[in-house]
Amino acid sequence: MSKKAESWGSRVGLILAMAGNAVGLGNFLRFPVQAVQNGGGAFIIPYLVCFLLMGIPLLFVEWSMGRFGGKNGHHSTPFILDSMDKRKFWKYIGVFGIFTNVAVASYYCYLESWTLSWVWHSISGSFSGQTQEQVAGFFGDYVSLTTIEPIIFWIICLLLNTWILSKGLSGGVEKVAKIGMPLLIIFGVFLAYKAITLKAGEEGAILDGIAGLNFLWTPQFDTIWSAKVWLAAAGQIFFTLSVGMGSIHCYASYVKSKDDIALNAMSAGFMNEFVEVVLGSAILIPIAIGYLGIDKVVEMTASGGLGLGFKTLPFLFEQWGGFLAVFAGVAWFGLLFFAGITSSLAMGTPVMGFLKDEFGWKTQKAAWTFGLVVFLLGLPTVLFFNYGVFDEYDYWAGTVSLVVFALIEIILFAWVFGMDKGWKEIMDGADIKVPSIYKFIIKYVTPIFLGSVFIGSLPGIWDKITNKEIYQKIAETTDPKVIEELNTQMTFVNGSRIGLLLLWIAIAYLVYVAYKKRIKEGRFTS
Amino acid sequence: MNTSALITMITTEVIITAVTFYFFWRVLKTPPRPEEDSYSDNDEEER
Repeated sequence: MSKKAESWGSRVGLILAMAGNAVGLGNFLRFPVQAVQNGGGAFIIPYLVCFLLMGIPLLFVEWSMGRFGGKNGHHSTPFILDSMDKRKFWKYIGVFGIFTNVAVASYYCYLESWTLSWVWHSISGSFSGQTQEQVAGFFGDYVSLTTIEPIIFWIICLLLNTWILSKGLSGGVEKVAKIGMPLLIIFGVFLAYKAITLKAGEEGAILDGIAGLNFLWTPQFDTIWSAKVWLAAAGQIFFTLSVGMGSIHCYASYVKSKDDIALNAMSAGFMNEFVEVVLGSAILIPIAIGYLGIDKVVEMTASGGLGLGFKTLPFLFEQWGGFLAVFAGVAWFGLLFFAGITSSLAMGTPVMGFLKDEFGWKTQKAAWTFGLVVFLLGLPTVLFFNYGVFDEYDYWAGTVSLVVFALIEIILFAWVFGMDKGWKEIMDGADIKVPSIYKFIIKYVTPIFLGSVFIGSLPGIWDKITNKEIYQKIAETTDPKVIEELNTQMTFVNGSRIGLLLLWIAIAYLVYVAYKKRIKEGRFTS
Repeated sequence: MNTSALITMITTEVIITAVTFYFFWRVLKTPPRPEEDSYSDNDEEER
């Protein structure tokens, strides 16, 4: 008797898993900061335009590519792309869909482990009675590995991810999504309520929580014509929807050809938008502004939302006192943990899909191999966090790679595979009628949008490659100790890039081996 | 809150919340297909 193929348990489970894949720490830490930095309420206009013209089309494209590949038993991008055209090189473009997941998971699991650790410290009262500087110092000591604790939490987090992945799609990933997503929303609603009802003069607050919302949502319409704002909006849509990664293709490849993808894609995509725009905007900034004032928060968000989320919020929660302070800490970091784990699990599945499809591995073996690879590749991000290794992984794998892959995949889908065939794929089994304007948008508008985002990022990429920022810092200092530190940082940064490049080449080699194996076994290739 | 911030926030959040709930309601309302589909829970129900 043949073993039953892996599948989703239920449609709601698939949508929650797909939404969980998209909902990440960025929904709560990155979106509000991007809004503050790019025109407040006016940011929402380019943001929503990018969602309609780039995000939704990419969701349709990735869901339908995934389901199309799944028909031929492909569950990862190398052979999904390979099945869409006769030319042989597409499978190597598909390498991005595995590379990104492995590389991002390598640093993302570390970030995820911080949330787990901060939940523990919220419960154990580590932040109780500490000053804001002490709480911030706790974070600095943590990432500097002054104790072994960060490594322990990181390994626990990796083991948890791997164990869940080893339980398969419906037995692991889907179950976590069904528990994690509702809990995340409950925690988010609680924190948003507390943030909005914050009153100046009560519990140490200097401003009403509403002042934060007012600051965040006041539109500065003069920013709307700025290319920088549009690039930031497009970038945010990319990160928030997890497009250009290969994980959506993988999840969708387990959907049968006559089942809907159009409504599923919309439902999961909008669920992510609800969490990001409605909940994400109502927590971090209103609480921070309520306690610290607008000027201080603007200054703090200049370096991103991570510091505010981990260094400042635990101190602010303490102002609520007693049980409420503990519960708020658990809710905030618990929410971030669920946002993180539902995303990191999605990063594991394409890698496992590849190993299972091409080398006949069982789910457990594939999961534990993924865990081991992520451990080995993640080690430098943990040990050398202060040398910029973590940021380097994030930039190349979590930013540049996504844009490159999304740009190429939409060209493949709309221009090589063909828009007529592509549209049929989107509409097959659809439970909603997708407006036919999207045929035009996918063919012309989205590629132009993505091309513009890519071209707009080129100066930044060049500055990164040439280490402009580090050289600038070296030029600005005369202290030999600082110069030595910056040179050491440059060595680690360059080493990270070489490591990532070698990873891409190694995956490409595995794809080549798999291709040869397929030919030898007479299995389907393009 | 000033009027422009209030209008921007309420308009955006109401639209996004309404569309999110509408699509999710459509998912819940759509009955499973009679033939074998992608979801193992539906297979078990048919047994």
